[in-house]
Amino acid sequence: MATVSPALHGHDHADSHEHGHHEQSFIQKYVFSTDHKVIGIQFLVTTLLMLMVGGALALAVRWQLAFPWEHMPILGPLFGLFRGEGGQISPEFYTMLFTMHASVMIFLVIIPVLAGAFGNFLIPLQIGADDMAFPVLNMLSYWFMWPAIFCFGVSFFIGGATAGPAGGWTSYPLLSALAEAAPGSGSAQTWWLMGLTLVGVSSMMGSVNYMTTIINMRAPGMTLFRMPLTIWSMFITAILQAFALPVLTAAGFMLVADRLLGTVFFVPSGIIVNNAEPTIGGGQPLLWQHLFWFYSHPAVYIMLLPAMGMVSDMLSCMCRKPVFGYKPMVYSMAAIAGLGFIVWGHHMFTSGMNPALGMTFMTSTMMIALPSAIKTFNWIGTIWDGDIKFNGVMLNCTGFVAMFIVGGLSGIFMAAVPVDVYFHDTYFIVAHFHYVLFGATLFGVFAAIQFWYPKMFGRMMNDTVAKWHFALTFIGFNGTFFPMHLLGIAGMPRRYADPYLHPYLEHLLPMNQVMTLSAILMGFAQFLLLGNFAYSFFFGEKAGRNPWGANGLEWSAPSPPGHGNFDEPPVCYRGSYEYSSPEAEALGQDFILQTTPPVRALPVTPPAQQA
Amino acid sequence: MKKFWALFFIFWPLVALYVCWIAPERNWWFPGEAKSPIGVRIEGLFYLILAIVTVVFIGTQIALGYVLWKGATKSEEKRAYFSHGSHSLELIWTIVPAFVLVFIALYQMDVWAEYRVQSFYPEATKEDGSAAELMARQFEWRIRYAAPGKQLTDEPVDGDLYWVNEVHVATSVPVKMNLRTQDVQHAFFAPQLRLKQDAVPGLIIPVWFEIPEAGDYDLVCAELCGWGHYKMRAKIVAESKPSLNQYLLELQASQNEDGFREPPEVN
Repeated sequence: MATVSPALHGHDHADSHEHGHHEQSFIQKYVFSTDHKVIGIQFLVTTLLMLMVGGALALAVRWQLAFPWEHMPILGPLFGLFRGEGGQISPEFYTMLFTMHASVMIFLVIIPVLAGAFGNFLIPLQIGADDMAFPVLNMLSYWFMWPAIFCFGVSFFIGGATAGPAGGWTSYPLLSALAEAAPGSGSAQTWWLMGLTLVGVSSMMGSVNYMTTIINMRAPGMTLFRMPLTIWSMFITAILQAFALPVLTAAGFMLVADRLLGTVFFVPSGIIVNNAEPTIGGGQPLLWQHLFWFYSHPAVYIMLLPAMGMVSDMLSCMCRKPVFGYKPMVYSMAAIAGLGFIVWGHHMFTSGMNPALGMTFMTSTMMIALPSAIKTFNWIGTIWDGDIKFNGVMLNCTGFVAMFIVGGLSGIFMAAVPVDVYFHDTYFIVAHFHYVLFGATLFGVFAAIQFWYPKMFGRMMNDTVAKWHFALTFIGFNGTFFPMHLLGIAGMPRRYADPYLHPYLEHLLPMNQVMTLSAILMGFAQFLLLGNFAYSFFFGEKAGRNPWGANGLEWSAPSPPGHGNFDEPPVCYRGSYEYSSPEAEALGQDFILQTTPPVRALPVTPPAQQA
Repeated sequence: MKKFWALFFIFWPLVALYVCWIAPERNWWFPGEAKSPIGVRIEGLFYLILAIVTVVFIGTQIALGYVLWKGATKSEEKRAYFSHGSHSLELIWTIVPAFVLVFIALYQMDVWAEYRVQSFYPEATKEDGSAAELMARQFEWRIRYAAPGKQLTDEPVDGDLYWVNEVHVATSVPVKMNLRTQDVQHAFFAPQLRLKQDAVPGLIIPVWFEIPEAGDYDLVCAELCGWGHYKMRAKIVAESKPSLNQYLLELQASQNEDGFREPPEVN
């Protein structure tokens, strides 16, 4: 009963919303909207925009690595950068480029596109609620993104082209704590930290909302183990977010206090930076690393788990087959989240913490590979003997699985402390996390955009363009990031504006040029996605309620769903993956909506006969 | 078209494997052999993990390729196989990877323990003290030796010898260095020795290693330290004990040199 009454209660709200519906102005409806679908789409469009910004920054980084100190095309003349340096990228600007590339991609693309865009759009629809538990909080969670974007933007431009934040996205003190430490460690760093804090506020508002909504507002019959894996992943992510984020926020405030109020949490005494006065302190820079990674390692899973959940949904639908091992999938996501809290030290094997402590973190890190392996096997099991629809969604999901295998396996090297001592802060690490964050998460997002696009806008995306987008992105992606493993093995450190200064790295220049060409291909391929997104909005094929023949509650709602989502409060009768079940067969189709009442009256074919 | 996409996913792991296969001969691999005992052990561990990972990679990609190909060649009428999973399969693919992971975890503990945990520094370095202080700063390495015959102290004393971006060490004995930073965080990275250790402001972190073979080895910075991070280039010169002593004496002489020369006799 506990699940039934709040859902009905939610429906009462839907009725009262209906009355207010006509009075909504354009601003209320599309700008400061409290409708979870509008907020989700706002997040999606914003993050796609930021994806292009982050991508452009990445291409500038790649340019410098392939053609060091040569004139930067497009961006250079466009903004009139570096007239003083004769059009070259300066090393200060280079450090700022990769810092902002990471900050934008992590905080303004990956985290908000998963939790913000798809979490918002899908949670109420998939659990059969009319909206989020706290619609106003939800609206605020989106609108707190903009001050964050503003702060990041200010930090980027405040000091001119050479004094943006340049401490890396990890912003280790003292580089980030003392204004004298680098051109970008001045006020730009403070603005950057403000942006970080505001992103945190936005995420926290979201996660409180998601947890409450998922616990309280499920439709009658939507038991926990009937929830789609997307919802499970969003739920687990929200918990992770809620428990890890306060630590980062606290650390951020401590660093801001060090910078502005004269505290010395992270500043030891007697440090002379750039011939400034010696510092007076008693703080410990390693403290920042502990606090930062205590959040940022769970954040890695915040950036991955929702994609895992969504891919499970989509793979099941595109293979017309139930998810292989639903419960193991749920348990392994929970295990990843739980273990995620005790592995942060693997970022610090070379940091100077007690070497014996490294062994504990190494063991927990090895163990976290296990649930990831289980999930991979289950995805392959889901595809196995399915009736596969080879469309853009399926290809991107398969890309997700294939790339996640690489990202997962390369992680094993770094989990081993001694091997990590060599690989730490080399390109091997860069390869690893791009395989996970781009190869897995972003391919999952590309699939999700195409899959839920008809539910968002009532039209289908063009599948041919989607396939081209996938193929070009996939080729460009592997061409860019696979060789990074080899660069790492060759000992090329990260964050070098000019690695070829060192004789042992000189011969790697041609390889870097191939990688940059691949990156350019991949970057331009994204215009196919944006073009398809925009074109389909106006001219895409009209979609009915359930264009994919999927089972989830969201597919029983109109496309796009109106205010309040469902025609009538949905009742859920079964799990969300009953594709090709005998019951569905009895109806003469290979799917059966969660809202379809049991079809016991019809003759049921025994499973043995149809195999 | 279905078959094309199945082949697409079968094709790319082959390319990946091929690239890895030709990498060592194209010199896209480790920068030379490991030149320190711990480096040799690290590399051995790397190859062990590489072997395991390669088997898993090939296995999973074959499985993925197989299920895709099977789906692509399936007849139109045939429905998907209705199954929610298999308990025994789940057990197998939980227990087997668990064993492999525990094996890797336990196996490599030895290497780490031997070099960094059982005893933090070899006895020899405890007697002789630290060979040099390596003080990182934006953007160079400052080296401080004790005067010949003296022990290195934590804080500089009169008579210490200084040099920049080139540190000389003895071959075939464990060498301990005091790693410090004067300003922001840096990291000691010697690619040929396969060694890395961060230098943290406010801490003196001893790092020890052994180089059996005389020669020059790269020393670079591996922790972002500002705009000039990439140019913190230095070298470690390993040489025999007598030749190291000779170097230190010459360094002392040149440091004490006051520049005064007897004027040449005028005829």
